[in-house]
Amino acid sequence: MAEAAPRGMTDWIASRARWRIGEIVFWLACLLPLLPAQYLPSFLQPFWIFDRYLQLLSQIAITALFAISLDLILGYAGVVSLGHAAFFGLGAYAAGLISKFWFTDPLLGLLCSALLAGALGYISSFVILRFHGLALIMITLGLGQLLAEAANSASWLTGGADALQGIRAGKIFGVFEFDIYGQTAYIYALVVTFLVFLVARRITNSPFGMSIRGIRDNSRRMLAIGAPNQQHLRRVFTIAAAMAGVAGALLTQTTQTCSLETLNFQRSADVLVILILGGVGRLYGAMAGAIIYMIARDIFSDVNPQYWYFWIGLLLIAVVRYMPDGLLGGLSFLGSKLRRS
Amino acid sequence: MNDAATVLSASGVNKSFGSLVVANNIEFNLPTGQRHALIGPNGAGKTTFINLLTGMLQPDSGAIRLAGEDITNTPPAVRVKRGLVRTFQINTLFPQLTPIEAVTMAVCERRGEATTWWRGLSHYHEAIAEADQILTSLRLDKVATRTTRELAYGQQRLLEIALALATKPKVLLLDEPAAGVPKDESEDLFEVIAGLSSDLSILFIEHDMDIVFRFASHIIVLVSGAILVQGPPAEIAANPLVREVYLGKGRHGHAHS
Amino acid sequence: MLTSFISVLYDGFAYGMLLFVLSVGLSVTLGMMNFVNLAHCAFAMLGGYVTVTMINHLGWPFLATLPIAFLAAAVASVLLERTLYRSLYGRSDLDHCLLTIGIVFVSVAGAAYIFGTLQQPIQVPSWLRGTWVVGNLTFGVYRAFLIVVGLALAAALIVSLEYTRFGATVRAAVDNQRMARGLGIDVDRVFMLTFALGSGLAGLGGALAIEIVGLDHSFALHYLIYVLIVVSVGGMGSIWGSFVAAVVLGVSDMAGKYWLPQLGSFLIYLVMVGILMWRPLGLFGKR
Ligand SMILES: Nc1ncnc2c1ncn2[C@@H]1O[C@H](COP(=O)(O)OP(=O)(O)OP(=O)(O)O)[C@@H](O)[C@H]1O
Ligand SMILES: [Mg+2]
Repeated sequence: MAEAAPRGMTDWIASRARWRIGEIVFWLACLLPLLPAQYLPSFLQPFWIFDRYLQLLSQIAITALFAISLDLILGYAGVVSLGHAAFFGLGAYAAGLISKFWFTDPLLGLLCSALLAGALGYISSFVILRFHGLALIMITLGLGQLLAEAANSASWLTGGADALQGIRAGKIFGVFEFDIYGQTAYIYALVVTFLVFLVARRITNSPFGMSIRGIRDNSRRMLAIGAPNQQHLRRVFTIAAAMAGVAGALLTQTTQTCSLETLNFQRSADVLVILILGGVGRLYGAMAGAIIYMIARDIFSDVNPQYWYFWIGLLLIAVVRYMPDGLLGGLSFLGSKLRRS
Repeated sequence: MNDAATVLSASGVNKSFGSLVVANNIEFNLPTGQRHALIGPNGAGKTTFINLLTGMLQPDSGAIRLAGEDITNTPPAVRVKRGLVRTFQINTLFPQLTPIEAVTMAVCERRGEATTWWRGLSHYHEAIAEADQILTSLRLDKVATRTTRELAYGQQRLLEIALALATKPKVLLLDEPAAGVPKDESEDLFEVIAGLSSDLSILFIEHDMDIVFRFASHIIVLVSGAILVQGPPAEIAANPLVREVYLGKGRHGHAHS
Repeated sequence: MLTSFISVLYDGFAYGMLLFVLSVGLSVTLGMMNFVNLAHCAFAMLGGYVTVTMINHLGWPFLATLPIAFLAAAVASVLLERTLYRSLYGRSDLDHCLLTIGIVFVSVAGAAYIFGTLQQPIQVPSWLRGTWVVGNLTFGVYRAFLIVVGLALAAALIVSLEYTRFGATVRAAVDNQRMARGLGIDVDRVFMLTFALGSGLAGLGGALAIEIVGLDHSFALHYLIYVLIVVSVGGMGSIWGSFVAAVVLGVSDMAGKYWLPQLGSFLIYLVMVGILMWRPLGLFGKR
């Protein structure tokens, strides 16, 4: 071993879960955009004049949260899904409809959306987890599409192709109003994303997290040590679905719009691509992927929206071929090489 | 054989894959605390028999009993909970976990703590201590914090056993624990196995006859899915049938596995 | 009612034949190598664009372009197999999906760059364009042509798989790759040939599809979903399964569009999810 062996095993396990400097710096850096422009380094200031930059940042936070939820089932439990948008979309519509017909408190709306999405995740897990390989990909895709088509047909409720009308925005804690600059929205999205991230991080360091990683690595062996694989998978699937629902609800609440795009196949495929580009099974990969993807899309689609997918395609090929652990995995590999040499 | 002391038994177990008979009316008893060996040429059906005992395969007919209870239709994971645990001939490990993580996880599974997702693994001091102790007893403590994938092959074979021990088995079925391990190392490995608690009943599959004769109190010879003979080592060594089908042509034929 | 029933059946069957030609290659190669090739429809799209270009710019007759579409897709697929796919055998399904979806993205953008994003018009021969009128029923001639081609191909494939030597090696490789290798079959070569043949058929399908569903740069992505449904419902590696699944899908899609247009594609997904829940390996799948 390169480093000296830690004294006790408990210490060593605890050290795996300890916060690293880089993490703390990263989360603190997420607060930077809230500073008035004059306090920022001069090279960053030009970006600040776009009035939509805070909106973009909120979208990044939401996408990162969505990718984290997929990472729990794909990166940690090894279950592929091409229909994850179903939970995102359900959360988005739930938040919208609740505010329209019921109450406008954002946090309560968020909670209800999470519960609904989690319930759908739990129910669908009984079907989905019976499948493997191509059939698993197809069944998740099929169920996701079914929900999307259903939402499209039920236009009396969802507004169909015209998007949901009449979403109302309440004040957070009855105090903080969503402002036109998107400042409240960004803080709200960031804080919620951070809190859900904390939960995800705790899960991955818990005995349960170890067990789902075991299932991913070798489900046969898990059975041979007496683990209830299906029960574990149902549980993580439910948690991840609820988290995706939170992400969807956040999108509705911060943008005050909710359309069929929250449910469609494109969204499921995009979040998968984001996660793969960033790197699976490391949570921060989901975040790195979301940041890179959303910023790059923002830049490239201004230049030439048509060809955005050309670069994504090339990047995917390159990552799968040469960087199986994603960009973040590649970076940490490089980092450890540098440190060793 | 005294029935009260029998911890694991199979009676009249049959299994075929299409026209290939892999278990032919097997009668088997493992008394508590004994170390029995299952030997036989490649393809005799040894691994299949372990699969049948542990429920990974369902027999076409026959019954399997654990501590007197019929477990023929019990799911594999439940059999594990009742103390019937196996290892694999081909490494069946968790490549991306470290040994300490994997064994602690297995201990947590046994203790019913593996559904907890809101508490860090490092708080489970007892589970970690137990895992540490298992790894130490198998001389894996030095590599306990390395990723499994990076371990030497022999260490991975030991980890196979460590994972099984973490479930606190009553009966341990070892499928060629030393498969692919050089001869001198495989003797060490069996020394470790011999040193396990004497409450533990063990059935092991092994091709090396020196080791079998040294570590088994009773030997079962399986040929083409049927038990040819069984008995104490001295009897088996002297048996002309065994010499013919197994010992005679055996030794070089088994090097691959 | 009866008239609409018959025309839905007729159009749906013709559409099913198209889906069969598009998807049968993927089913067989998936069954053999377990390589999830999502770029299958990119080869179909290539065939389509080859046909469009040859008709509109070189003035070739429609039928003469079909073999070229087949060849172009076959050659392109072998090149890709050699350069990219090969290094990924043995990796996970997910890696296969991601690599090949990357190829789809690139090909979609490439097609948009070269041909623009408009539907490509083609001129099929006049004898293929008309309709037959029987009582108050109308039957499109081109659809009859599709049915004939589809049935002929299905028959040819099934017969050659059953009765030729090459077919026997393909079957052996699909059934049990390790055993086939043990018998001395050069599985890699068999796979390459099958892969080329299957992609060539996709290219042919792409060319045949233009008259029915049109051709634009998103073809590779749009029809991918249909093809995957056919493969998973039919069962990997089964030609007969692909045939049945393609017909079921074609007819139910047509029926949905005719009688329940407000449901969109709901019906086909429902059919797929239902069948998969009933038979997770597909109608005729063994693994
Ligand atoms: N799932 C299966 N389907 C079909 N045949 C099988 C299956 N599993 C095992 N077999 C066959 O059953 C026979 C017995 O296999 P088994 O693995 O039990 O042998 P073994 O005694 O453990 O041999 P070895 O010493 O090589 O480990 C072999 O011929 C094998 O090919
Ligand atoms: Mg064996």
